[in-house]
Amino acid sequence: MKHSPWQIINGFWSLLTGMRITLGQFFKPTVTVQYPHESLKMPSRFRGHIVFVRDPATGNSLCIACKACEKACPSDCIVVDGIKREGEKRKSVTDFKLDFTKCSLCGSCVEVCPTDALEFSRAYNLASTSKEQFHCIDLVQRLETDKK
Amino acid sequence: MNIPEPFRLLLFLAGTMAFVGLNAAYLVWVERKGAGRFQRRTGPTEVGYAGLLQPIADALKLMSKQLIVPPGVDATLFRLAPLLVLAPAMMCFVTIPFSETLVARNINVGLVMVFSFGSIHVMAIMLGGWASRNKYAIISAARIVSQNVAYEIPMLLVAVTLLMVTGTMNLHEIVQQQAGGFWNWNFFRLTANPLMPVTFVIFYICMLAETNRAPFDMAEAESELVAGAFTEYAGMGFGVFFMAEYANVVIGCSLATVLFFGGWQSPIGVLPGVFWFLLKLYLLVFSVIWVRWTFPRTQFYGLLNLSWKILIPLSLFILVLTSAMMKLF
Repeated sequence: MKHSPWQIINGFWSLLTGMRITLGQFFKPTVTVQYPHESLKMPSRFRGHIVFVRDPATGNSLCIACKACEKACPSDCIVVDGIKREGEKRKSVTDFKLDFTKCSLCGSCVEVCPTDALEFSRAYNLASTSKEQFHCIDLVQRLETDKK
Repeated sequence: MNIPEPFRLLLFLAGTMAFVGLNAAYLVWVERKGAGRFQRRTGPTEVGYAGLLQPIADALKLMSKQLIVPPGVDATLFRLAPLLVLAPAMMCFVTIPFSETLVARNINVGLVMVFSFGSIHVMAIMLGGWASRNKYAIISAARIVSQNVAYEIPMLLVAVTLLMVTGTMNLHEIVQQQAGGFWNWNFFRLTANPLMPVTFVIFYICMLAETNRAPFDMAEAESELVAGAFTEYAGMGFGVFFMAEYANVVIGCSLATVLFFGGWQSPIGVLPGVFWFLLKLYLLVFSVIWVRWTFPRTQFYGLLNLSWKILIPLSLFILVLTSAMMKLF
């Protein structure tokens, strides 16, 4: 025999230790999240695609259509347009299109925004069978539908 | 009960087939649930309550698949191998005594019969691998032969040791000798041989190796050999190999129960024998699953070293020790 009896006994003991550990795990509660039925809450710093922050006073967007985000975007995936409404000091946004197929979630737009009108959403269930769903995300329209 | 002999045998045939089938189906469920729990997952949950209908869904899926016989294979052997692997496994149940009265045939050489039929499945898996005309399957076939030859020796040496202690090959009588309290079980019979628990461990390891269970599943080494001898099999042909694997596990555990843990004998004297037999059997089956999900697969030379360098000398030593004890006391 190549091994000493002591080695064999030690080896066998280590096998038993391994089995004790797995049996300990067996009786612990399971940690699986049954995904389609339940899902985890995303942490606060999760980066989904950008959405408008709502002005708590008026319920409208804080965006002043300054186009700083459009310029800051490294992948040119933001198109902003706005008008100056009567009786308002600032411009208001009329059009904010995000091409999420190109977005790399770098966060430059959120950082550069002078009025803090943009934030990351918590949405992560972003699967689709067609490109159109993410090709042109209309943030203004989204804010309107959320309002209803 | 007095049932005419032909009907009794037919009933046992149907009963054995149902037992093997249900065991194969539900041990897969237990295996998957167990695998999940050992890794703190939940295992199957979707089909039926707690995934209890999962085996039926699996069986339906396997049966709906085409039985492909690839071009160039030896079609006869290829189709025959799954049958040859399952039929001997069912034969072994003939002599296993489930209780005092529940046994198909009380044969005097029951132990030898179980061992002889139990070793046929090696040849069957080898045939399957050989007939597949696939390099992985052939490597697997070569492996399984050397593995099973290596582990049959210590297993039979252990069986001989037990034979010397019990003096009979009749499984019914072996169980009856262990009547009355658990201290009479062969596992605790230290007067016959102070190394009896070690004998059981050798038997258990050999049983794992003979049934190709992890950590000795060299025949179906997914990471190196795709699925080993079963690579080319599809549908129920593949399923039958799995049924046979679980049938062999059940036979190995029944044999361990009969030889070491007093078969149907109750340790405390309550409840019918069948209950105790099945309880002991399924505790051993659980331990097989437990071992599978604890240890990684051994390397092939490690497996052969374990048998030739440790188990065979150890079981020979136990054999000599037992005979010396019997001569002296």
